Amino acid sequence: MLELRDITAGYDRGAPVVRGVSLTLAPGEAVGLLGPSGCGKSTLARVAALLHRPDAGTVVLDGTPARGWRHRAPREQRTAFGVLFQQPRLSADPRLRLADAIAEPLRATGRKDQIPTRLRELAPLVGLGDDLLARRPHEVSDGQLQRACLARALVLRPRWLICDEMTAMLDASTTAALVAVVESYRRESGAGVLAVGHDRTLLERWCDRTVGWAELGAATGMPDVA
Amino acid sequence: MTAHRTPDPRPAPNPAPTTGTPPEGTDEEPGAATAPPRLAVRGLTVRFRMPGGRSVAAVTDADFDLAPGECLVLVGESGCGKSVLASALLGLLPGNAEATGTALLTDAHGATELLAAPETELARSVRGRRIGLIPQSPAAHLTPVRTVRSQLEETVRELTGVRRGAGLRAAAERAAARAAFPAGHLDRHPHQLSGGLAQRAATALALAGDAPLLLADEPTTGLDRDLVDRTVDELRRHAEAGRALLMITHDLAAAERIADRVAVMYAGRIVELADARRFFGTPGPRHPYARGLLDALPGRAFTPIPGMPPELGDLPAGCAFAARCDRATMTCATLPAPRDGVACHHPVPPEREPDRARTA
Repeated sequence: MLELRDITAGYDRGAPVVRGVSLTLAPGEAVGLLGPSGCGKSTLARVAALLHRPDAGTVVLDGTPARGWRHRAPREQRTAFGVLFQQPRLSADPRLRLADAIAEPLRATGRKDQIPTRLRELAPLVGLGDDLLARRPHEVSDGQLQRACLARALVLRPRWLICDEMTAMLDASTTAALVAVVESYRRESGAGVLAVGHDRTLLERWCDRTVGWAELGAATGMPDVA
Repeated sequence: MTAHRTPDPRPAPNPAPTTGTPPEGTDEEPGAATAPPRLAVRGLTVRFRMPGGRSVAAVTDADFDLAPGECLVLVGESGCGKSVLASALLGLLPGNAEATGTALLTDAHGATELLAAPETELARSVRGRRIGLIPQSPAAHLTPVRTVRSQLEETVRELTGVRRGAGLRAAAERAAARAAFPAGHLDRHPHQLSGGLAQRAATALALAGDAPLLLADEPTTGLDRDLVDRTVDELRRHAEAGRALLMITHDLAAAERIADRVAVMYAGRIVELADARRFFGTPGPRHPYARGLLDALPGRAFTPIPGMPPELGDLPAGCAFAARCDRATMTCATLPAPRDGVACHHPVPPEREPDRARTA
């Protein structure tokens, strides 16, 4: 279980973006989180992926509360997450070839020996050929780069996938293709998926359940929430 | 879905744009009696020269007309050359690009061939004044060290007669309101804005000059559905006031909401140019790629088109879509010429398809 309990988070202590939000994600479940621009859903996604320390509240990962955030999170918690962001350009190191970008999590966790195997498994899954794998981000399109980012998110076989507007920059066909990859991974691995976005049609088609931001007990802009 | 579409505001029937028939070989100039299109693009081709003598075919033989009051939406996968087309029209291509063909802009100022116009003319009288651009990444378009108000006031001052003082302030606030940019955020810097607000600030800047032709390059990226609808409706209102709008997008829902006509681009070529109602409704698109694109929508079949688009630097000699197409045959090794607005050897027949589906 991934539990977000009573999370309050933001970038300025006086004015948190997220107030008192709770959300639970079961293994193998895909939850869509719908909300308008700027409501704080991306901040919540970052908290859920242990990338942003909340001002209050706890994140409980399979019964263990998270204590550290970002690089201070213990490795087995940190690597339980795969994260996909809206803008692949901003989330890929421009100096790394796509193959190296995909392999980077394996390198960082000392599993270099698995790199060839995992690349051979993942590249066809996300539809990247050898030619594309040898390129750097500026030589590929947004859609192709996001495919590489998805492979990178899956390379450590995460138990949780956090997709923050993963498809907002993509055309309809690439969107359908990437969602299909996430879904096949979810079926095979039993991972839970938190998909954040504002496209109701997409999230309802994709996820087991879709929650609106307003239903989360989040009263944005109100100081005291029960 | 068509409730917002008012009766056709176009002044006179113009055979080329309404039927979407690209000219065959020689261009037929519209007759003297009919108004010329606001923008007439013929054979627009853009090549990028790359190191090692390679060249990238970003746009090939684009032909279309755009009438005043009309909205043409250019859709296609990312990296298919849509944005390069917009840059070519504005003379904003990088130095290693070569643009050939013609793009004739006709408005109250006269007629200008955009590809041949000198940079001084483009800078002084075209960009911002005769063609407004809503850019793809507003965060990169706004000046980071100045507030939105200061940028809007500068634009209003340069493009309209209002010089200074309360009049300028009010004009800038009106310009902001037109793009639904909240007045309370005018004194913020770009980094203090959300993606949606930055987009609206860029839209306000583009609309400030009241240009007769608007190019909107992915104006709705990063906006939520309500904001997409509002932005698109605002653009639609601008078109209906007699301006012409060329919108580039990958958001088919936004395209459906706003378009009079749809141009589908694949690997640098316009493969289908169709009336929007027929394209999104019945009988639907005729090019297999366009059908695949619609079928990928989560509201429809949600199935991706297999494979990926070809590299623009290494296009096949024949139809670029053949490798991903279930209708492809040997004929597809040759390039299909556009017929009735569709560049395909085996287009879906125009009327029979829905009948067959009904009887099946």
